[in-house]
Amino acid sequence: MATMEQLYFRRRIRNALALALSLIATVFGLFWLVWILWTALSNGLAAINGALFTQMTPPPGSDGGLLNAFFGSLVMSGLALLIGAPIGIAAGTYLAEYARKHVIGETIRFVNDILLSAPSIVLGLFVYTIVVRTMGHFSGLAGALALALIVIPVVVRTTDEMLQLVPSAMREAALSLGVPQWKMTLQVLYRAALPGIVTGILLALARISGETAPLLFTALNNQYWSTDLSQPLASVPVVIFQYAMSPYDSWHALAWAGAFMVTLFVLLLSLFSRAVLLRKRIAND
Amino acid sequence: MTDSQAALQLAAAPTPTSAPAREAKLRARNLDFFYGDYRALKSINIDVSERKVTAIIGPSGCGKSTLLRIFNRIYSIYPKLRAEGEVLLDGENVLDPRYPLNRLRSKIGMVFQKPVPFPMSIYDNIAYGIKHYEKLSRSEMDARVEHALGQAALWNEVKDKLKQSALSLSGGQQQRLCIARAIALKPEVILFDEPTSALDPIATGKIEQLVEELKDEYTIAIVTHNMQQASRISDYTAFMYLGELIEFGDTAAIFENPKQKMTEDYITGRYG
Amino acid sequence: MAIGSTTSAALKPVRTRHVDLAAIGARDALLDRLFKGAFATAAWLVLIVLIAVAVSMLWGGRQAFSTFGWSFLISSDWDAVQQKFGALVPIYGTLVTALIAMLIAVPVSFGIALFLTEVAPNWMRGPVAAAIELLAGIPSIIYGMWGLFVFVPFMAAYVIPFLNAHLGNLYILGPLFSGPPLGIGMLTAGIVLAIMVIPFISSVMRDVFLTVPSRLKESAYALGSTTWEVAWDVVLPYTRTAVIGGVFLGLGRALGETMAVTFVLGNAHQLTASLLMPGNSIAATLANEFTEADSELYRSSLIALAFLLFVVTFIVLAIAKWMLMRLAKKQGS
Repeated sequence: MATMEQLYFRRRIRNALALALSLIATVFGLFWLVWILWTALSNGLAAINGALFTQMTPPPGSDGGLLNAFFGSLVMSGLALLIGAPIGIAAGTYLAEYARKHVIGETIRFVNDILLSAPSIVLGLFVYTIVVRTMGHFSGLAGALALALIVIPVVVRTTDEMLQLVPSAMREAALSLGVPQWKMTLQVLYRAALPGIVTGILLALARISGETAPLLFTALNNQYWSTDLSQPLASVPVVIFQYAMSPYDSWHALAWAGAFMVTLFVLLLSLFSRAVLLRKRIAND
Repeated sequence: MTDSQAALQLAAAPTPTSAPAREAKLRARNLDFFYGDYRALKSINIDVSERKVTAIIGPSGCGKSTLLRIFNRIYSIYPKLRAEGEVLLDGENVLDPRYPLNRLRSKIGMVFQKPVPFPMSIYDNIAYGIKHYEKLSRSEMDARVEHALGQAALWNEVKDKLKQSALSLSGGQQQRLCIARAIALKPEVILFDEPTSALDPIATGKIEQLVEELKDEYTIAIVTHNMQQASRISDYTAFMYLGELIEFGDTAAIFENPKQKMTEDYITGRYG
Repeated sequence: MAIGSTTSAALKPVRTRHVDLAAIGARDALLDRLFKGAFATAAWLVLIVLIAVAVSMLWGGRQAFSTFGWSFLISSDWDAVQQKFGALVPIYGTLVTALIAMLIAVPVSFGIALFLTEVAPNWMRGPVAAAIELLAGIPSIIYGMWGLFVFVPFMAAYVIPFLNAHLGNLYILGPLFSGPPLGIGMLTAGIVLAIMVIPFISSVMRDVFLTVPSRLKESAYALGSTTWEVAWDVVLPYTRTAVIGGVFLGLGRALGETMAVTFVLGNAHQLTASLLMPGNSIAATLANEFTEADSELYRSSLIALAFLLFVVTFIVLAIAKWMLMRLAKKQGS
């Protein structure tokens, strides 16, 4: 009996130890993340002022803002969504509605999931070899294309998943009215899956608004105000990269301000997209 | 039905089929159905009479829903499913690939097990199907929507909230909305696939009453797992078991004086 | 009184139909084909992009491959003046930083996933999981900046002196942990990468753990198992392949990550045993040097590096996906 009790005691000790370690792991993981967020927050808030949104990126040693970078990021992200979202939705529709359990569908789904995690710098380099080299110079358009390549897999994945969640009874009900498949897809299924698809697009936007690597060889950077998409275009992440790596304190401050804005934007976007999905879930219950 | 047709039918049909007296709107002739290699329906012959309620009963897995889903070819949206034989609607074989799908579906409406309102307003749920076929003026459409909702006994409950989402309705109301959606296309036949299995008794009662009223204008086939329901609302009843039609005839006869031992066992609750 | 009978009596339906079903049917058949074609084209585009990326990287790197041959893979040269390029240093740096990241991130992520599925009180699970998922979305450049401005000084001031003093004299591992307190270097990059992939891997692991049927866990609990025993003997065996899939997914991210590494790795083309010395990774080399590459061979060598990175991450991610799919299949059956 003594050995039984001993064994039981040892099992309980081991259990307590393991559970304590899992708690420590969680605290450990969250600790760094809180630290990083706190750094971005405190440094960023200290660097934020009105000039940030009204002045251009300055040359070394002088003051300025990030207006042209904000504008460039806005334009390129918007264009990337305009290009990537329709393609992503269409491809996701194909996977969910036309090629479920087909070899081709499974292959494309597999490939899409790999593109989802593929190194973004390689995608940037790809656009460089295809677009920048052909055009002969860096351009905002190439930057938007590189970002679109990141948007597409995200939107494909969410559209595919969300359409698969629509009950097949909905399809049967629409088709039993004699409505053709294209109409059913556009007018019934998309409406049913809308919150999910919107969430996917918002997540894609969150993802590209902080992407730096694919812009380095495509949009490059531009110190001045430019609205010409065929020319190099500034963006917040690339400016952050350039300024943070520089030896100038005023540039560092601007980099922190940019980092703060990007982080804030991404977090708000994620929270908002979660809210959209949550509302949908409640409506379904 | 002429005598020669009836004789032919008796000769061709191995299953005991007592042909209903009235004109058959929809007929299945030697109908087989396959899920891949599995034969789910075995040589079914059945007549669905015009402006009557024909109930199909049987234990789950007997193929009663499958049979219903062949009538409007809705099964064909899934791969590897295949029907062989004939389904005649007013004498024309609807399983013939040349029979236009939109013609078939506009003539045969369907109501499903679970209410599936489309994610749009109550009004648009009804108008949606109509818009596909006809270009109506605002007032014509309003009249059609009102008429359909009226026939489905839903108008008085929703007339003040037509613009609200259909998802805000109760389960019973949603099912009546789905009935109205089918009616709005002015079909000739309406198929009900266990329409009350997801509803409470009060909502079920309303649907049953509605089905009885609708048979004045529509030919109705209803699949149900509820024998009382079949005996309450149907004129003819078919009993199916393991993909075969065991017995088909007058509802009263089937329930009071079944000819087959199996039917009797099922009706008296010995299995299923 | 029958429900609704008044209305239906008032409005008798008109059976006449002035609808040209054939015309509608023909138009719909055409539109059905057009839409299916458009959807299929978009889907094929995904496949084509992947192939095009691989082919264009191979094509862009052909000059480097043909000039250096297999020695490109094993040469540690990286000399723009003498036009000699080898991939060994970036490959080594990529693998070492990713390995360090995994050594830290995997156990921590397992702990977090365990905590979120078995240990934490119910009210805490949702919010903490949501917070971790939110953090997984923070752009990597923020991690990089934090690494450069906050973590590198911290490493230089506290961690590296400590490692030098306590581990630097070990028999075999010693050289790994001895070096000047620069702060930047492979160990720092590996740690920053670990912090970055922890939310990612733990989210995947948590999702995977949640797929374990509760009857399995309940029967183990009913036999008197402790929480840890349920996790180790029931949850983990049930989800093993998917857990490995999640780890590989994280590895794929770590291998290809650019910004978080570029800031803290030091961009030094040298091969050293010490983890405390600056090094380079494929992604960081590309980010630092591509726009400055002034010769065709230089640029081709960089694209060849990108090709290697793409192939390696493709393989890692394909393994990950395959292993995750095996759990999904188990769920489905």
